[in-house]
Formats: sequence, C-alpha cells, structure tokens
Amino acid sequence: MRHEKIEKNIGLMIVLIVVAISFGGLVEIVPLFFQQQTTEPVAGLKPLTALQLEGRDIFIREGCNVCHTQMVRPLRAETERYGHYSVAGEFVYDHPFLWGSKRTGPDLARVGGRYSDDWHRAHLMNPRDVVPESNMPAFGWLFDDTLDGTDTATKMRALRMVGVPYTDADIEGAQAAVAGKPEVEAVIAYLQQLGTLLKRER
Amino acid sequence: MTGNWSIYIITLTAIMIVGSFLLLFGNRTRPADSEAKTGHVYDGIEEYDNPLPAWWLYLFVITLLFAIAYLVAYPGLGNFPGLLGWSQTGQWQAEVDVAKARYEPVFAKYRDMPVEQLAKEPEALRMGQRIFANNCSQCHGSDAGGARGFPNLRDSDWLWGGSADAIHTTITNGRQGGMPPWGQMLGEDGVNNAAHYALSLSGALPAGTESAAGEATFKTICSSCHGADGKGNTLLGAPNLTDGIWLYGSELETVKHGIRNGRMGQMPAFGATLDSDRIHLLTAYVLSLSAAR
Repeated sequence: MRHEKIEKNIGLMIVLIVVAISFGGLVEIVPLFFQQQTTEPVAGLKPLTALQLEGRDIFIREGCNVCHTQMVRPLRAETERYGHYSVAGEFVYDHPFLWGSKRTGPDLARVGGRYSDDWHRAHLMNPRDVVPESNMPAFGWLFDDTLDGTDTATKMRALRMVGVPYTDADIEGAQAAVAGKPEVEAVIAYLQQLGTLLKRER
Repeated sequence: MTGNWSIYIITLTAIMIVGSFLLLFGNRTRPADSEAKTGHVYDGIEEYDNPLPAWWLYLFVITLLFAIAYLVAYPGLGNFPGLLGWSQTGQWQAEVDVAKARYEPVFAKYRDMPVEQLAKEPEALRMGQRIFANNCSQCHGSDAGGARGFPNLRDSDWLWGGSADAIHTTITNGRQGGMPPWGQMLGEDGVNNAAHYALSLSGALPAGTESAAGEATFKTICSSCHGADGKGNTLLGAPNLTDGIWLYGSELETVKHGIRNGRMGQMPAFGATLDSDRIHLLTAYVLSLSAAR
C-alpha cells in the first residue's frame, strides 16, 4: 500500500492515527452518554448539600480517595462485606467520580450510616483509638480548621453547569450553611450520606 | 439500550474487524521470498523490503478470530447478549446462590431456636462472634469491652435494656441517645452542682455543699429521664447513674461537659446491613457476653 504517502505526510498520519484509535472510544464510551442506565439518577439521589460538598472537597484534598475506593463490585465477597454493588445511577452527580483504583483502606461506597458521628470523630482524630491495627493517618487538623464558605457557591454554580440540579436557593444559602463549621463536620456529613440509597439484606 | 445504539455499536465493531483484516492482507502484496529492496542504502548496506513473517501475521489473525469468537459467546455487540448468556450480575447471583445453598442448612438449624437457648450453643456463638468481629468490633472493641462513648457489652449494665428482645431491637433499628444540652439553662454553677450530685449518686464524689445544691436541679430536670433515684430508664436510653459505670468517663470535667453540651450517642441500625439470621445469631452472642457475668 502507500506507506510512503502516509509516512512522509505528518498531517495525514495524525488524522489517520486519530481515526484508528477513536474506534474504541466511539464504541465503548460514546453510547454511554446516551444510556438511561448511566445518565438517570437512582431513585432519591440528591445533589450534595453545601456542607457535604465541602466535605467531599476535603476528602479529595486529603487524598482519601487514594486509599479508599467508592465502588462495590458485583462479587459476593464484596457485597457480603459492603452491601449492594454500586450502580451507575448512584454517581450521576459526581464530578469527578471518586471510584478510586486501590484499596489500602476499605471501600467507602456504602459507609453512610454504618458508624455513628462520634465514631467518625474518634476515628479521624486517631484511627488507632477505635481500630488498633489501622494504618490510616490521623487527621487532627480537621478539628481545628474551620470553613469560611467563600467559594462554596461558586463550586455549586460550576457543578450546575455540568448538570447537577442545584437550585438558586441552594446556591444562595451555601455560604451561610458552611461558614464557621469545623472541617471534620463537613467530612462526616459527606461520609454519612455515601451509598445510603441502595440497601440490600445480606 | 435503544436499537439505534445497538446498531451503531455493531456496525462500528464490524467495520473495525473487517478493516483490520483488509489492512493486514492488503499489505501482503509481495511473496515472502521476493528480492525487492527498500531503496535505503547506508554505507553500502541495503535493506530488503520483505512482508511480515507468516507466524507474526497469523498471530494477528488469531487475535481477530478470538475477537469474533468472544463477541459471539459474550455480550459485546450492542444488545446481543452472547450465546453463553453470561452477565456480570448473573455471575454475582450465581455466586450468591451457591453460598446460600451451602450456608442455608447452618442458619436453618438455629433459625427457630429461642435466643436464650441459642446463647448456650457453642457453634452458634462462634458464628455470632465472627459477625460481631466484622460489624461491631469497630466501636465496641473486638472483646466487646467498649471504649469511651461506646458501651461495654460484657457487663450487666444496659442503656436500652439487656433482654434478648431489646438487644435484637437495638441491633436491627439502632438507637439514638438524646441527652439535651443544659448549659444555657443551668448556667456554669448549676452545671457544676448537678455534676457533683450525679457523681455523688454512685459515691464517685463525696456528697457536699455542691451536690446538695445540685439535688434540686436533679429532682426537677434530670429525674424525668434518669429517674428520681437516678437509676435510669431503658425506655429512653437514660443511663443508671448509681452503678459507677460511666460511658464517657467519671471525671468531674467530663460529666460537666455532658450536662453542659448534651450527649448524642448513636448506635447505627444494622437491619438493612445484616439479614435476620445473622442478627439472630448476633443477638445470642451479645446476650451470652453479659450472661456470663
């Protein structure tokens, strides 16, 4: 065939490479943008409240998602331990999603309601106090640092642009809802709602 | 998936596979033993322009055949489910069914046994202990000895009652403690006096002027939950203050903190996490811990 023409014409080569590698994405990714299964939220899914949203951002800031996944796979060993396997509709409002890829600590996709707020406080202050063999770092500064909420509304507006249905009232009240609260409260509010929509007896 | 997207996926996949075949064989225009050269000359060294060796070519062919076989057997081509009928959730369901069939006889053996009797069955208690270790030990400790703020389950003191029924309800529905904050209402002196009185009930602090001053407060406010004699009320989860067991600690400052700011201890509900067979076994295990005392 005409190797010479392609190999000596970098513009044409770029176009053909893009065509070649786009097939996988066109087949595997593009249809997902239009599937009910992946774009429709599960029943009862609500956008994170202002406080939960700040908690999520602290979760990301502290790198929690590096050691904790948020994805229960459909394997019996996992559903026995964590509960119902994760479904796409639970993550419709997640930008970015925090599925993670490595479990140094346990999965957190269904941690909401599993522990009391007091337990989370004790655990974040010093994980060894409640789980003696834990190798999780302590997060003591979350108890000292408080939120001021200056950019909470901006974050919510940005999320609304990518499809999270925040109302104007949500956004207006955002700063008041978080200002002055300790960071640990936001993190716990975030954790306590994770995965609470799908329940299944084990 | 709608039919159009299914067709879209099938079409693109077919184009990709057929295209790969065409590309692969379209490049094979010369016999392997041709003497054609590329025309490149480096210091007098020339380069043959031979096609891909046959073994290499057929590796490509094998990958293409594998892709076709895979798409026939497994889901991949749009809505076509594959001849094997495999699905991710189907595999999960199969695993679950196998486990159910295997463990069902074990659970069935204990299902109808009253908890009190179950608490004397060594095998059931070992199962209960495993369930406890996986679900409860994070707060109550692996020995069920509790920790500050998390009740000790090995003693005979129960916030919400220690009968089999009460334990079962606690595990299934959880409990929400509700000691209101009294700091605003009582003021710092009032809190101090009430704390002294509360501690004097179990003899943790000797009675004195402060506890005497706190007694009136106790009788009018605290007694509605903790009882006039301070022996608590398991219907409300109000602790017995006379037994010397202190969930959050018996230091004066700690007790004052509790009165000032309230306590909202919470036991999470496990009714949706554990099935009824496991809760049954767990109840028996927890009951056996304190029955041993």
